[in-house]
Amino acid sequence: MTKFNYTAKDFKSAVEVRWCPGCGDYAIMNAVQKTMADLDIAHKDFAVISGIGCSSRFPYYMSTYGFHTIHGRAAAIASGVKSANPDLTVWVITGDGDSLAIGGNHFIHLVRRNINLNLILFNNKIYGLTKGQYSPTSDRGVITKTSPFGTIEDSFVPGQLVLGSRGTFFARAVDSNVKHTQEVLAEAAQHQGTSVVEVLQNCVIFNDGIHDYVADPKFRSERQIFLRKGQPMIFGEQEDKGLILQNGQLKVVKIGENGVTRNDILVHDPSEDNLGLQVQLINMALPEFPVAMGVIRSVEAPVYDQEMKKQIETIQQKRKITCVDELLQSGNTWTVDGENCSEPVKFFNNKCFNN
Amino acid sequence: MKDAKVIELEEVAIRFSGDSGDGMQLTGTLFSDTSALFGNDISTFPDYPSEIRAPQGTVGGVSGFQVQFGKKKITTPGDLAHVLVAMNPAALKANAAFMNPGGTIIFDVDSFSEKNFEKAQFKTNDPFAELKLEDFEKIAVPITSMTKESLKELELDNKSVLRCKNMFALGLICWMFDRPLDYIEGFIQKKFGKKPVIAEANLKVLHDGYNYGMNMQHMTPQYIVHPAPIEKGIYRNINGNNATAWGFIAAAEKAGLELFLGSYPITPATDVLQALAERKDLGVKTFQAEDEIAGICTSIGAAFAGDLAITSTSGPGFALKSEALGLSVMAELPLVVVNVQRGGPSTGLPTKTEQSDLLQTLYGRNGESPVVVLAASTPSDCFYYAFLAAKIALERMVPVVLLTDGFLGNGSEPWRVPKMDELPSITPRKAKDPQTYKAYKRDPETFAREWAIPGMEGFQHRIGGLEKNEAGGVSHDPENHQKNSEIRAAKVEKVVEMIPELELIGDPEGDLLVVGWGGTYGHMISSVRAMQKNGKKVSLAHFNYIKPLPKNTAEIFSRFKKIVVCELNLGQFASYLRDKMPGFQYHQVNKMKGLPFSVHELVENFENLLEA
Ligand SMILES: Cc1ncc(C[n+]2csc(CCOP(=O)(O)OP(=O)(O)O)c2C)c(N)n1
Ligand code: SF4
Ligand SMILES: [Mg+2]
Repeated sequence: MTKFNYTAKDFKSAVEVRWCPGCGDYAIMNAVQKTMADLDIAHKDFAVISGIGCSSRFPYYMSTYGFHTIHGRAAAIASGVKSANPDLTVWVITGDGDSLAIGGNHFIHLVRRNINLNLILFNNKIYGLTKGQYSPTSDRGVITKTSPFGTIEDSFVPGQLVLGSRGTFFARAVDSNVKHTQEVLAEAAQHQGTSVVEVLQNCVIFNDGIHDYVADPKFRSERQIFLRKGQPMIFGEQEDKGLILQNGQLKVVKIGENGVTRNDILVHDPSEDNLGLQVQLINMALPEFPVAMGVIRSVEAPVYDQEMKKQIETIQQKRKITCVDELLQSGNTWTVDGENCSEPVKFFNNKCFNN
Repeated sequence: MKDAKVIELEEVAIRFSGDSGDGMQLTGTLFSDTSALFGNDISTFPDYPSEIRAPQGTVGGVSGFQVQFGKKKITTPGDLAHVLVAMNPAALKANAAFMNPGGTIIFDVDSFSEKNFEKAQFKTNDPFAELKLEDFEKIAVPITSMTKESLKELELDNKSVLRCKNMFALGLICWMFDRPLDYIEGFIQKKFGKKPVIAEANLKVLHDGYNYGMNMQHMTPQYIVHPAPIEKGIYRNINGNNATAWGFIAAAEKAGLELFLGSYPITPATDVLQALAERKDLGVKTFQAEDEIAGICTSIGAAFAGDLAITSTSGPGFALKSEALGLSVMAELPLVVVNVQRGGPSTGLPTKTEQSDLLQTLYGRNGESPVVVLAASTPSDCFYYAFLAAKIALERMVPVVLLTDGFLGNGSEPWRVPKMDELPSITPRKAKDPQTYKAYKRDPETFAREWAIPGMEGFQHRIGGLEKNEAGGVSHDPENHQKNSEIRAAKVEKVVEMIPELELIGDPEGDLLVVGWGGTYGHMISSVRAMQKNGKKVSLAHFNYIKPLPKNTAEIFSRFKKIVVCELNLGQFASYLRDKMPGFQYHQVNKMKGLPFSVHELVENFENLLEA
């Protein structure tokens, strides 16, 4: 039973979308709007918070409450929004530079606290808004405007950061695969805690095709593996390849070869607190492995904003002080009432204050 | 049956001083509370080292606590102490310069050993001569050995025994000043309720210290300081940081909002966070963030979500908050930032007081980024200025910075607690009509926009750090930016209608107008009163409202022959006044020692100015 019958259109604002034609951000926004419409949560209860970057223009294109903040700080600002009002449905929109460079500290602490919000990391491996400098997810050696001779540093793998920060939810999707992105976002929305969804996003202008090797729909089933809860980790055009664990290490095997059957293939369970396996899934890279898509980890843990609320409620149940007057008179106080004492004068004894 | 020398005084300052492990802060606090309960007015000044574990016995590790109390209104902790309690030679050395000529020094003779002289870097074995303290009354008390003696029956380890030394000193001082012990006894029983042996030990040593004074009365003078005639009411002791925290809780209750504090620990502001973290019973949400940037950003998020949002910090943390404070200027959200100032720049003097963040507060952001700036002036009025900062932020949709400092934050005084109904109302500017709502539609009088909060039906809108038009859309229109820049400035200036006129203490005209702001108030008024008593035509104008300045400022300034601006920096308020209130000559008294002014030095400066 749906209460609201929203469609994606209900979440679009009237503002003209200004991303470059062909930018991956469009597709991600479509997926978000569809997901929100399906969630059956009152429109007024959505808050979309972003930092700075091309992707962070996102809130202006939404018809919900939105806050386009400052570079790197969306995670912190959204943490405040959700802690102040846990009844809101909070989405954070952020780029790879926004969340992993200038905002890296807030990002890991958001994840560590497990605040119940959804964060979409638009990973185009470049600084789009500032026109093409390398980012913390750019691969070693890549040539950009600020690395004319190639970068000399390794990149972050966002999923590793999430797991290293004791994250409870991590998923991956590709911008152009709107249907799958939507499926993943829906799961992110259901998850209680910080849900990080890394979307491989194409920047047509400054990093065109950076994800093509992985994302090209023609080779999708060979180069990506779609992980779903309870299903075997199988991929390939013919669904004939799968993942097994050998000596604790992931390995690609061919079903039907060397006596391998479907039953030997690992079954995906993101709700298992199995960091070792989940990190291996996150790390899988071409050509040896397909790249893992879908919800890789989704485990239960205490949720910060709920805990904050609960703590207050518990303490209030047995509180002795119920209002400020009682607070002011609590503890060590004494009464002055001598003959030589004067009548008290109000501090704000000035009409200016009584408006 | 006391035949000791009895001295009757109007006011007395005592300084407790020892190693940071000697419990001097507690001793001082207990004595202050006792004196306040006794009916004296008091003012305190904790002065502690920034390293928690500086080497024992060294001057760097000395922790001090000064309290002045009296039978009249006490406005400062006293320039110089009448009585010094020195637990070791380092404490004597660190405090010799802060003694009243002819004062009394009570010292633990057991710790005045060659080894400790060396640690304190005395060159001889006569520290008193070395420090030229010959003319002081020196009372050698074997505090360590008496404490050991007192506890020999209780099977306690040496460390626990030595921890009770401060109680001996406290007992002795209580006898000297004729203070009852019951409050302290109650405190000990409560604090060590779960460790009855430790409670017993502390109580025993406290009484033995008291009795020691009584028995040795031929050598310890006794002082009488009568209670002060003050306003009727219920009193408590409060320090500035606690008062600040409570002022915000009061504002939230008045405004009918929940209170949110995002903050990162930093001396001397941490107590604001701690005091609020304690108040879950009143629904206060505290968020200990990963850094000061997240401290303000979580608060901005909470303000967006409809809470009364505060962030507290000290200078270095305030610097980190600059960019986000600019965001709250642009987004026009209600936010209060508390800066408990300390010595700078950089890490500077973390535990010492200073007023050197004024210009950072006024101007330290990118762009034209005006905020309202208030400054509290006594530990207890931090409550009212915190309350008022919240009121202004909520009613005018503007960020407000409240400046206090280490001296106010840690200092305490007795305070007549107000009733909530003594405080003015607070009416947040919640949006009412979704039909006419626009994100940046303003009240024509105050220029304040409306506050529409996620969850409110029909008010969905977007805000952000980019310049906006009235409807809330991003705008790069040159005319619009010009107009909005002027409006944001005017919005702050219009707060002048909410604040009282500048109050003058003393005659409305005269030879010298003494100008101060913020936490120096106690010393300023004491020095001005002292001058007035001597018939000098000196008045005081002390500022709590920095931006905007009170309406009548220039008019008051014009009635004096000379103006002197006194502050604990190199002249920041003076330069601000030169800019905002031109046409006057501003003399300056500036101090940068990490210490409050002393009344004495202020008076001397004023005398010189009058003669010049
Ligand atoms: C404090 C600050 N530093 C730098 C910038 C400039 N800046 C804006 S966006 C950006 C990087 C954006 O890259 P990313 O987060 O990956 O977002 P994208 O544009 O790629 O979506 C930078 C460096 C800024 N706005 N603020
Ligand atoms: S610059 Fe790149 S990321 Fe930015 S809008 Fe254009 S295509 Fe998209
Ligand atoms: Mg990017």
